[in-house]
Amino acid sequence: MAKIIRRERLVPNLHLLEIEAPQVARKCKPGQFVIIMPDERGERIPLNIADWDSEKGTVTSVFLVVGTSTQKLSILRSGDEVPVYVGPLGKPAEIKKYGTVLCAGGCYGIGAVYPVARAMKKAGNKVISLIDVKANYLLYWEDKLKAVSDEFFVSSRDSYYDCKEFIPKVLKEVVKTTKIDRVISYGCTYLMYTCSEVTRPLGIKTIVSLNPIMLDGTGMCGACRVSIDKKTKFACVDGPDFDGHLVDWQELFSRRKSYFDDEIQSLCYWEKENFPKS
Amino acid sequence: MPDKTKQMPPELKASLRAGFNEAWRKELRKSLPVKERMKIRRQKMPERKPDLRNKHFKEVNFGLAVKNALKEAQRCLDCANPMCVMGCPVGIDIPAFIKLIEAGRFNDSARKLKETNSLPSICGRVCPQESQCEAVCNLKKATGVSVAIGNLERFAADFERDSGKVFIPKALPPTGKKVAIIGAGPAGLTVAGELVKKGHKVTVFEALHVAGGVLVYGIPEFRLPNKILRAEVEYLKRLGVKFEMNIVVGKTVSLKDLKSDGYDAFFIGTGAGLPHFMNIPGENLIGIYSANEYLTRVNLMRAVDFPEYDTPVFKGKRAAVLGGGNVAMDSARTAKRLGAEMSAIVYRRSRVEMPARAEEVHHAEEEGIEFHFLTTPIRYFGDDKNRVKAMECLRMRLGEPDSSGRRRPVPIKDSEFIMEVDLVIVAIGNSSNPLIGQTTPELEVGKWGNVEVDWDTMATNMEGVYAGGDIIRGGATVILAMGDARIAAAGMHKYLSSKK
Ligand SMILES: Cc1cc2nc3c(=O)[nH]c(=O)nc-3n(C[C@H](O)[C@H](O)[C@H](O)COP(=O)(O)OP(=O)(O)OC[C@H]3O[C@@H](n4cnc5c(N)ncnc54)[C@H](O)[C@@H]3O)c2cc1C
Ligand SMILES: Cc1cc2nc3c(=O)[nH]c(=O)nc-3n(C[C@H](O)[C@H](O)[C@H](O)COP(=O)(O)OP(=O)(O)OC[C@H]3O[C@@H](n4cnc5c(N)ncnc54)[C@H](O)[C@@H]3O)c2cc1C
Ligand code: SF4
Ligand code: FES
Repeated sequence: MAKIIRRERLVPNLHLLEIEAPQVARKCKPGQFVIIMPDERGERIPLNIADWDSEKGTVTSVFLVVGTSTQKLSILRSGDEVPVYVGPLGKPAEIKKYGTVLCAGGCYGIGAVYPVARAMKKAGNKVISLIDVKANYLLYWEDKLKAVSDEFFVSSRDSYYDCKEFIPKVLKEVVKTTKIDRVISYGCTYLMYTCSEVTRPLGIKTIVSLNPIMLDGTGMCGACRVSIDKKTKFACVDGPDFDGHLVDWQELFSRRKSYFDDEIQSLCYWEKENFPKS
Repeated sequence: MPDKTKQMPPELKASLRAGFNEAWRKELRKSLPVKERMKIRRQKMPERKPDLRNKHFKEVNFGLAVKNALKEAQRCLDCANPMCVMGCPVGIDIPAFIKLIEAGRFNDSARKLKETNSLPSICGRVCPQESQCEAVCNLKKATGVSVAIGNLERFAADFERDSGKVFIPKALPPTGKKVAIIGAGPAGLTVAGELVKKGHKVTVFEALHVAGGVLVYGIPEFRLPNKILRAEVEYLKRLGVKFEMNIVVGKTVSLKDLKSDGYDAFFIGTGAGLPHFMNIPGENLIGIYSANEYLTRVNLMRAVDFPEYDTPVFKGKRAAVLGGGNVAMDSARTAKRLGAEMSAIVYRRSRVEMPARAEEVHHAEEEGIEFHFLTTPIRYFGDDKNRVKAMECLRMRLGEPDSSGRRRPVPIKDSEFIMEVDLVIVAIGNSSNPLIGQTTPELEVGKWGNVEVDWDTMATNMEGVYAGGDIIRGGATVILAMGDARIAAAGMHKYLSSKK
């Protein structure tokens, strides 16, 4: 059992979850994830670690509400408990002095990329943060990210910010004027894919944090297999960070949709149970 | 691995002899002549009907009724030279426990079993008795049909549990020593039980949220009901064993952390949790699972009860299971129960080479599982949604024996054919769990990722660190895991006692 310290809505559909987990907090490294099960009947789902406090003994994630498990998480209150919280899992992100590192995040990846940006900065890199949001009111953690970035860009699809472009367009502009040594892209699969496609012709090494469906998260089942350079890897133990130019993206897209119909059925079932009148 | 052509250790021989000579055993032997005993037919294990049971997950075998157990126990000749004990990997005093049943002393029988086997209700259900104790039973030599040793073992253990009079041994006075067990599979649970009884403080660390290892996430409910395992874990808790769940040793804490937390000795029982795939084209299509994933979804995550439980699993109409072991049988029978019209074992060798327990193969056949021998897939085809829809197979024939002594399958040229499938479960084996090895560089591991041990004590190359079960053997059996565990527990106790 792990206790919820804080669960709050950051922006519509995106929530922050801070959990009491002193052992996990002591071991966390940027780029790692945890597995959480919202209740006794729940699924084990992976969430990236977005921040942690080893003294207080807490670990923070940011999650997007997409289906049953994340719905269940989104109604937890401080003081509630979850039956499973295990981590930190996966290999940590490779942190080194590369020169200029561009951290591109979108959706839950804005939170997830934050500890990587912070560590890259600490390692002596020039850090450029490039955040993608669908609309200005969906931006969160701007201050946190700005504090660890030398430059900060937002790509938004409304007119609030200067640009109205999806992240690849902005990324293309940035790489024209600045020499980038490494790109880190965290967030939804499509965002990571498009960032990798932008940097591929330019030969800029691009690291992505893959999000296949997982089960145990310890290398026991193979649910999380992804093809990297035509070889099968288990994302939970060999990753989740991989070279975006070597990923078989189509396979990942289709495998993530494995249970599409079941997921809808599951959510309907849960809604009926919890909101019988709706 | 240790030499299998073993001699009976003198202490075991002496204790068997002492039991044999006890007055009540002599009485019992006299009560019914050998000739009469040999006339009794092997008592049938009552089972659920195949065409009904293949639609749900209730346990197939009901267990022997008291009167049948008494009859079956009479069949045992109480031999002066009990070959069955030689066939048992942990040397259970088989005639002693069987004669206690014959005498009606069922709880004593269970206690007798527990002197050498910590988990008799489990072994009674899942051991491959027909190739161990029952294979060498003298009655089999004489009449062709062995004593049903496994069924009797299960009977005694179940009787004790259901009687609510499970014997709680008095723990020895606290030694002040702390032991960390890594992995709550049969190996880890056995070491925990042995050492807590010696007065050590024992904590089990487990990565998953339920204790039991493969016994909970792998072996299905219809073969080993969960409540049996829960009872074993409850028993250990009552003895004072502490369980720390959701801890991945090597990730959440390291061996070193545990050492600085004051643990004096360690047992690594992390099992064989790395599934093999065949590395053939199309293997990552949707609908192709490792047996570990498939069985974990159904058993541990309870996908059978979807959508009440959140974890889904594919309920294929045409399922192919690759492999010929217990894991393959469990997968095929599970697929059938989840509604597959066709559920087939696809095995590259022939029937006789199948490593599964005979009873499982028999039950699978009764339940309508198809068997395709001498067949191996070479690639998969998917539909427009990347879901598997067919696999191309190749026929094989048997060639010369390989290193395992089994005849090697050789492909037959131009024998390709297509099998339509929408669910494939790969059950071709697992290797040792690599996690601890990777995160504990000092630990010596072999070529296959298996932890290396001294087979007399199960000590690894690191002081105070012991290992046993599938982590040192690759995929093996419950009884071997438990046997290792008992040797390790003895080694660890000796080590702890010598430590100031
Ligand atoms: C290493 C890793 C880190 C992740 N980090 C985050 C994060 O920090 N924040 C966040 O919001 N999301 C993260 N995800 C994705 C997150 O796990 C899924 O969104 C979540 O499991 C959806 O569960 P659900 O029941 O709410 O939705 P569902 O209705 O079950 O599924 C919606 C979609 O989520 C994906 N999904 C479903 N089940 C799983 C599963 N068991 N594992 C992974 N993906 C699944 C599928 O693509 C599916 O189509 C991460 C995934 C991975 C693999
Ligand atoms: C489907 C199936 C059917 C089988 N049928 C039979 C049968 O009929 N008869 C038979 O004798 N054998 C059978 N076996 C084999 C038998 O189950 C195993 O040999 C036995 O369980 C091995 O026991 P173990 O304790 O070594 O490992 P496991 O049972 O694998 O347990 C290891 C435990 O360690 C945990 N763990 C792993 N890594 C870590 C870590 N880093 N930190 C903390 N915990 C960790 C795992 O989660 C697991 O709970 C079957 C196996 C399977 C998969
Ligand atoms: S060999 Fe068979 S008959 Fe003899 S003691 Fe063992 S179980 Fe009984
Ligand atoms: S999630 Fe099971 S192996 Fe990665």
